[in-house]
Amino acid sequence: MPLLEQGEPIADSWIAIDDSTPLPAGQGVISLARFLADRPNGPVGVRIGAATTPEQLAEVAARAAMVVIEFPGTKDGRGFTLARRLRERYGFSGEIRAAGHILPDNYVFMSRCGFTTAAVPEGTDLRPWKQALTRFPKVYQLSA
Amino acid sequence: MNQALRLTDLPAHLRAGIYRYDSTDRDFLAARVEEFRDQVARRISGELTEDQFKPIRLMNGLYLQLHAYMLRIAIPYGVLSAVQLRQLAVLARRFDRGYGHFTTRQNLQLNWIKLEDAADALAALAEADLHAIQTSGNCIRNVTTDEYAGVARDEIVDPRVYAEILRQWSTLHPEFTYLPRKFKIAITGSTEDRAAVQVHDIGLTIRRDEAGEIGFRVHVGGGLGRAPVIGSVISEFVPEADLIAYLEAILRVYNAQGGRENIHKARIKFLVRDLGIDGFRALVDEEFAAMQRERYRLDPAHVAAIAARFAPPALETLADTAITDPDPAFAIWQAQNTRPNRTPGYVSVTLSLKPVGGIRGGMTADQMDAVAELADTYSLSELRVTHIQNLVLPHVRAIDLPVLWRALTALGLATPNIGLLSDIIACPGLDYCSLANARSIPVAQALSARFADLARQHDIGPLTLNISGCINACAHHHVGHIGILGVDRNGEEYYQVTLGGSATDDAALGAIVGPSFPADGIVDAVETIVQTYLTLRQDGESFLAAYRRLGLAPFRETLYAAA
Repeated sequence: MPLLEQGEPIADSWIAIDDSTPLPAGQGVISLARFLADRPNGPVGVRIGAATTPEQLAEVAARAAMVVIEFPGTKDGRGFTLARRLRERYGFSGEIRAAGHILPDNYVFMSRCGFTTAAVPEGTDLRPWKQALTRFPKVYQLSA
Repeated sequence: MNQALRLTDLPAHLRAGIYRYDSTDRDFLAARVEEFRDQVARRISGELTEDQFKPIRLMNGLYLQLHAYMLRIAIPYGVLSAVQLRQLAVLARRFDRGYGHFTTRQNLQLNWIKLEDAADALAALAEADLHAIQTSGNCIRNVTTDEYAGVARDEIVDPRVYAEILRQWSTLHPEFTYLPRKFKIAITGSTEDRAAVQVHDIGLTIRRDEAGEIGFRVHVGGGLGRAPVIGSVISEFVPEADLIAYLEAILRVYNAQGGRENIHKARIKFLVRDLGIDGFRALVDEEFAAMQRERYRLDPAHVAAIAARFAPPALETLADTAITDPDPAFAIWQAQNTRPNRTPGYVSVTLSLKPVGGIRGGMTADQMDAVAELADTYSLSELRVTHIQNLVLPHVRAIDLPVLWRALTALGLATPNIGLLSDIIACPGLDYCSLANARSIPVAQALSARFADLARQHDIGPLTLNISGCINACAHHHVGHIGILGVDRNGEEYYQVTLGGSATDDAALGAIVGPSFPADGIVDAVETIVQTYLTLRQDGESFLAAYRRLGLAPFRETLYAAA
């Protein structure tokens, strides 16, 4: 699955780990439930859903090295608030990755809310993704 | 007529101060139009599914109606220049059938738009600094305000300044463009609430504290639709500097926790109801306390810069003098359709878009052109759209009224019925709308014909009558003194009647009078209600006051006596 940063494809150094597989020595991304239950040591990534609470988010920000925020649908904007809270309320500075149902039309919103990378489906036309970041010469609000 | 000529504005010293776009606003709008053009191409090529495209087109004002697309054009806080009205006439001719319809959100709707023409329509709007951004979709909609902002005698602070600040803040907000449901904000700066702030998702009332500092009383969780609610006060005074931070805190809590499972339970009013206003306030306070408030601080220099854009030109020094005309009809119109401004010798003139038998809020392209001309000549080139679906010329010299009245009469825009029974608010209803259960337009037309006798309307006195074609309540039927709601009963159009609603300071939801009436009985039912009021009223008592004294009982008796 291609990973974009600033509209350009980059190599993905993280590996998705399901709940039944032991955590590898390298950089693994685990579920929120496992993260909260196991409290793993070392650099670990966490996959979180749209309904993640502020309390859970505080925990993630304090101990995770990267966060994947899953968008359950293109009309569900909760992921934007999660990213913004991670950056502004909990001071998280690691990678925040957008995944799930995402569109290039919202790429600039993701970027402005604090997402650094976006996982897009295989075969995605990257042209609208690249275009999105430079399309608007002006924004009217603060960005994260 | 040449397009470039049409868009020529009056010289600055002859125009009212309104927010006019600078080059960065224009570049932004041009980029938005091109983005939409690409999105339409991606939809037509199949790269975007209809499900993915729908929120995108909605946030560009494009709605799919019964027969065609409808384009809902934003008139930010109802302020319109003559140049912009001329351009709306151009669009009405080119993309609609020569008509436009003003709405309760102070917007203009054009029907009969083709998808392949939509980007061109948006480009034509952008030529006059107009757009359709966020007039639909689950985002922050056009911020509405008092149609007499900046000229009203009872104004404390001009709400247009903050409405413009909020327009900018809400435009393509990166975090709040995919909310659980639509989000409507209204703002008033006067002692009398003419913006219905208690029935919006957020209602702002500008106040001054004892030190004279500006702040806002904030209502939250009001709204109409299928579960009407009067909003609750979440804060009595948010200082000006914290306005954006506080609104962000409210929106952030709503975006994170608002219902998304059921579209009918997704407005913020349900979250406020479920948590209780105190519980909701606690979450907002927590979010607000955790914010980097200095970053969000509304800079007084920014406020002053925006306020300067709204500065009026030097008005003439005139006195408030009685204006008379040999034609007795003039005095009736003057009393009903004009009101004095705070500048002596100047008045605001309401143009009635509610002629006998006409379509409420409808206007032809020819009327738009003619009214733009009148705005140039008599109102410093500025107009307002009201949430009652009329237009206002806000800067008229009282001595010009007789001439202006004759011009408006010739255009069919001088019906002296503002605030009276036939000043009906009506939604498009089943004639256009895919959500409607029943037609609204013909009911409004029939009522205005039945009550065409103006002397009788004046005798009846102040009365608001609002007609919605379905429970989504676009015409605010719950807050009409008389509210009419179209319902579908086994495939037939029926109309449910509520009494006693109010949208202003004494906001109240109407009470259902009883079983609904068939289409051929609704006009008689209103007649009976009015007759009952006329019979029972005590000296000088308005309809609403009489209802509040009497309750539903006498109206029920007369309405259902025969049954």
